[in-house]
Amino acid sequence: MTLKEAADKLGLKPLTQCEWEKTEIQGGYAGDLLSDVLAHACSGCLWFTIQRHKNVIAVATAKDIAGIVVVNGVEPEAGLVEAAEKVGVPLFATEKDAFTCAGLLYPSVK
Amino acid sequence: MELLMDFKIKGGDFLNAGESSGMIKEYLKKLGLPPTFIRRVLVAAYEGELNVVAHAYSGTIAFYMDESKVKVVVTDRGPGIPDIDKAMEEGYSTASPEVREMGFGAGMGLPNMKRNSDEMEIASEIDNGTEVTMTFYIEKG
Repeated sequence: MTLKEAADKLGLKPLTQCEWEKTEIQGGYAGDLLSDVLAHACSGCLWFTIQRHKNVIAVATAKDIAGIVVVNGVEPEAGLVEAAEKVGVPLFATEKDAFTCAGLLYPSVK
Repeated sequence: MELLMDFKIKGGDFLNAGESSGMIKEYLKKLGLPPTFIRRVLVAAYEGELNVVAHAYSGTIAFYMDESKVKVVVTDRGPGIPDIDKAMEEGYSTASPEVREMGFGAGMGLPNMKRNSDEMEIASEIDNGTEVTMTFYIEKG
């Protein structure tokens, strides 16, 4: 499943420019503890989190995460959007919670 | 071993932590190293940097390399680690509530560093500082 297909299916709002048609999603991970995500998220996954500061970019960079979704209608800090744009990590926002997002994504990438 | 890059780290400066990650990633990628190897180095280095930001006053992170391995040395001026065995326990953390709210301080930093490196040494002196040296062998992927 491509990032574009996942974003359409989950109704995600893109916050950065990205080549989402070409990016294949390898899995998903929901987590707000950065070390936990560093330890357990797979590369190429879509990451659901409520963290809104720009350190999530360093985590995504280290783990080759395909895209970050800030859930629960939380508004990402301007610094996060800017850093995502700069590094080229796709960033999305959604009103849905992490459980709903993961549930919608699961049948397609499990 | 050749010094590839080194970065200064400021205690408490969470916002700018991890900015070195992108630069070192690009560098290692250009050398054609395997993605799994690069991920190991980056995760361990970033955790090391966060430890300095969360617990110390200032520090440095340095990346060295030769044909068979990468070495990352994280050095700080700070309170030191009173009980290294305890600090290595997963889930044990002395981070402040504010730090935890940002998703740091899960008590997984040192364990993550150990898991991702092939060798790790910690030298710590109370009221002086800590030096963590991690080695990553390229052949281990």
